Amino acid sequence: MLSPDLVGRTFKGADSTLVTAEAISKFAAVIGESNLDVAPPTFSISITLEQSQKLLQDSGLDWTRVVHGEQKFEIKRPIVAGDNLICSSTIESARIMAGNEIVTLRSDLHAGTELVVSTWSTLVVRA
Amino acid sequence: MSNFQVGQEIPPKSFLINRALLVAYADASGDQNPIHQNEEFAKSVGLADVIAHGMLTMALAGKYLSDLGGSASVTEFSARFTKPVVVPANIDVELLISGKVVEIEDGSVKIELTALCGDVKVLGMAKGVIKL
Repeated sequence: MLSPDLVGRTFKGADSTLVTAEAISKFAAVIGESNLDVAPPTFSISITLEQSQKLLQDSGLDWTRVVHGEQKFEIKRPIVAGDNLICSSTIESARIMAGNEIVTLRSDLHAGTELVVSTWSTLVVRA
Repeated sequence: MSNFQVGQEIPPKSFLINRALLVAYADASGDQNPIHQNEEFAKSVGLADVIAHGMLTMALAGKYLSDLGGSASVTEFSARFTKPVVVPANIDVELLISGKVVEIEDGSVKIELTALCGDVKVLGMAKGVIKL
């Protein structure tokens, strides 16, 4: 179970992730996208998933029981190759519903001071 | 380009999901959860079979949005993962995405998406905004 005092806390990544043309083309190939000038709309998950798991590894959240319930993206501008993105993750809410813990996790990707993408993941931690 | 009308139904597109695509998505996204690749493991945790990553289904719905206005046009995108996409071995599972224009404001077109596997809705409340 997530420690309740972590709700509202933001964990900022120490290292940035460099987006490579190869990473974009690999993701694009899976969905049949031929435009490689910008990353596909959901590409940011490939960064935020790993980063947020790393940032929250000591939070008490049991990732092995997590089911992805809902996902939202707000894309300020498309990600492009060469972007150096820093992830910060905030636990926006945590509540118990029908015995399961429902956690809403927001992850923002910044290039320097510029906010590029905000994402919200609703995670259901099965009891 | 802005020939969208509120209420307009956008023709469906079909995407095929198979085990090879799940492996490719796992490699591209970094999500190596075994429930998306290992049948034995999936069944051991109570699933009918290997299931697709919800985010793969969403990525394909994202491709549907990109095809309407270009990858760079998508400014908002959200969905609930209501039912799993079960992917048995050696089978191409068809995912059918369709859309309906529900709002147009300042060049932003809001589209409600429907994602079906057979007659099962696999995404709920799915919607995206493309800026033209």
